[in-house]
Amino acid sequence: MPDVTDAPPAIRFSHVSKVFGGVKALRDVPFEVGQGEVHCLAGENGCGKSTLIKIITGVYQPETGAEMDLFGERLSAITPTIARQKGIAVIWQDLALFAEMTVAENIAFETMLGNRPRFVDYAALRAKAEAALARLDVTLDLDARLGTLPIAQRQVVAIARALVGEARLIFMDEPTASLTQAETDALLAVVRTLSARGVAVVFVSHRLAEVLEISSRVTVLRDGRLVGVYPTEGMTQARLTELMTGKTFDHQVMARETSADPVMLEVAGLSRKGEFRDVSFVLRRGEVLGLTGLIGAGRTELAHVLFGMTQAEEGRVLLDGREMRFASNRDAVAAGVAYVSEDRLALGLIQPQSISDNAVLSVLRRITGRAGLLSPKAQDDLVAHWVRELAVKIGQPGDAVSTLSGGNQQRVVLAKWLATEPKVLILDCPTVGVDVGARAGIFRIVRDLAAKGLAILLISDEVSEVHVNADRVLHMAGGRIVGEYDPRQTTLPELEAAVYA
Amino acid sequence: MIDRMKRAFGPEVPGLLGFLMLVVVIFGVTAPNFLTGANLGSIAFQLPELGILTLAMLIPIISGGFNLAIIYTANMAGLTLAFVLMQFGGVEAGIGPFLLGIVLALGVGALSGAAMGAVIAYVGAHPILVSLAMMIFLRGLGEFLTKGGDISGFPPYLATLGHGSVLGIPVPLILFGLCAVAWHVLLTRTRHGFAARMIGSNLKAAAYSGVHAKRTLVLIYTLSGVMCAIAGILMLSRFNSVRVGHGEALLLVTVLACFLGGVDPFGGFGRVVPVVIALVVLQVLSSGLNLLGANQHLSTAVWGLFLVGVMILRWGAGRWKERQRGRG
Repeated sequence: MPDVTDAPPAIRFSHVSKVFGGVKALRDVPFEVGQGEVHCLAGENGCGKSTLIKIITGVYQPETGAEMDLFGERLSAITPTIARQKGIAVIWQDLALFAEMTVAENIAFETMLGNRPRFVDYAALRAKAEAALARLDVTLDLDARLGTLPIAQRQVVAIARALVGEARLIFMDEPTASLTQAETDALLAVVRTLSARGVAVVFVSHRLAEVLEISSRVTVLRDGRLVGVYPTEGMTQARLTELMTGKTFDHQVMARETSADPVMLEVAGLSRKGEFRDVSFVLRRGEVLGLTGLIGAGRTELAHVLFGMTQAEEGRVLLDGREMRFASNRDAVAAGVAYVSEDRLALGLIQPQSISDNAVLSVLRRITGRAGLLSPKAQDDLVAHWVRELAVKIGQPGDAVSTLSGGNQQRVVLAKWLATEPKVLILDCPTVGVDVGARAGIFRIVRDLAAKGLAILLISDEVSEVHVNADRVLHMAGGRIVGEYDPRQTTLPELEAAVYA
Repeated sequence: MIDRMKRAFGPEVPGLLGFLMLVVVIFGVTAPNFLTGANLGSIAFQLPELGILTLAMLIPIISGGFNLAIIYTANMAGLTLAFVLMQFGGVEAGIGPFLLGIVLALGVGALSGAAMGAVIAYVGAHPILVSLAMMIFLRGLGEFLTKGGDISGFPPYLATLGHGSVLGIPVPLILFGLCAVAWHVLLTRTRHGFAARMIGSNLKAAAYSGVHAKRTLVLIYTLSGVMCAIAGILMLSRFNSVRVGHGEALLLVTVLACFLGGVDPFGGFGRVVPVVIALVVLQVLSSGLNLLGANQHLSTAVWGLFLVGVMILRWGAGRWKERQRGRG
């Protein structure tokens, strides 16, 4: 890391406050990042992270009293234009790139804006794009259409675009959320290169385990206040979680002995071409079976077959002792299989529709009264029951489900499936986009359900999640089950080493 | 009371009713003959055709689609009935052939809808393209079968359907009322109606939840086709003739009525009651302007302005609500 003591810090803010209609989003927060430093900005959703970034980039103006220095220069106000001139760039999670344009166009098109005459100089555009990628030590096909690239490479394109704009401080919003381990490693290499060339990088995330090692400091916000600035040396995800939520969490392994319980689901030699091969396991009544592995290991594909969305080519599935061949997910639901999708926004819930309608969608027959008509009263009663049972925090049942927080949305998804009275519940990455504090609540529900006899298959790419919450853990890689672990006999670092190897 | 009205019939209802009252008062004062029985009666006879066609357009839009073929499906059903009546003596045709014709007409409507629904659901083609293809097919077929002309000369009892009254209420209005009630129940109280709304918002998520999305789509377009057939039968009895292009101009007016009634153009949201009120507003506007001596084309222009005005009002109301919530 370059020497940060001589040069003025890239950013030194203090006494930053922001009030929205009476709600204090930020209260007297300081924030400092050295030039070339790799920094983490951590906090739960709603802690003020995004507000702070929007103040730094000039989207919002802070309340009076804020002191703002960028690269040693005191500024009375920041506009988006000033922020850009100072070399501040933000790479949002959605990347804001153009899928239909080529890599070169995406990287360098902004430099062509305002050209006179108004023609596009493709040679210059390619040269600039090539130079930006070279600064990152990355080679990409400049003529590839962006939409054809994997997310990880699109991220590199977004970084290169920031470099073309002479960025000296880059904020990256949840950069590793959708990356595999190898892709994350590649991203970290790019960040190291940037840092070595004096460009500061701020990771903004609530899931920081991967980036802690290359950052030097972490700033933690909670409820719009600064909790503290800590060196990352010796910082663990567990400690960080405590700082972000202000609560201590029990990281004790919950596993119980389940080998004597009756088998609920038995999978034998299940295969589907190009997805997974020869998968066999048993899932018992009242058991939480963890299934972990990297993205692309075939976990979700396996879940889709168990839920009847797709069909296996070989192998058998026995539910409660009877062989099942689901032609569709409707068959699976009728047989007692429920599936909580990893993509809550697009597949788990119908976001614009009401909480109430979402909660009963899978059990319309249950609220059908005489004459085959739906009973609004039966619907209200059912929704009230599950809202109480799962402690979902809602305004009105008629509000759009999109108005809820991630954790409460996931409770609505659970309610929807529990209402079908399933025997087997498949949870596919149930804590994606759910705050750390709210995750504990979700897992408390999961353990309660298991205690009542539900058989639960818990799929997660967070090894710590399955280690803590599952009774047994299956490791899937390259479409096969490659290992089974007992969390009581395997430590988390051992398990992580096996999965991330 | 307003809250109960909103919950039962949709949040659009109080505003639309207020607007209707405003329009009625304005015309009641300015147009001398507006509040007479004759004028209200003519509104009551004109409204049902457009109303039933609008119902046919409503559920495909709620399911996230569209049905451009409603007019030609209606007239094709009308032609079916006309052919049957002609086979059995035209003006002399008895009630038996009439009933047979009705059944076949409804069948033709259902078939046209089911064919579109099946292609949309199983081939995944866009509803606008599929219904456009059906519209052109039906128009061509209809013109071929009628050689581009009219068929007329039906038994006199058909006039009862088109022009009669029961207890002072026009028969077409009763028919429209029954259709509207059926659609209201379908959308609010049946599993298929519920599924149609959910599919309209997010087909994949609905399918993940165990909704038989494809079957629901086929059913939606089939029902839309049946509703078209009812409109076609009504048009036949009102005009005492059928031509394949009857009521062509109504196609986009049905879309206008849906959007005025607060139906979401992107699907997922829409209710029958506000759409019916919007239809009444449109009809009152046109008839009031007519009484004031305005040109028929001018009233069409006013309809367009009216839709723009309503959209601006809704935008304003949305902004106001957001401010009330206090946070940006």
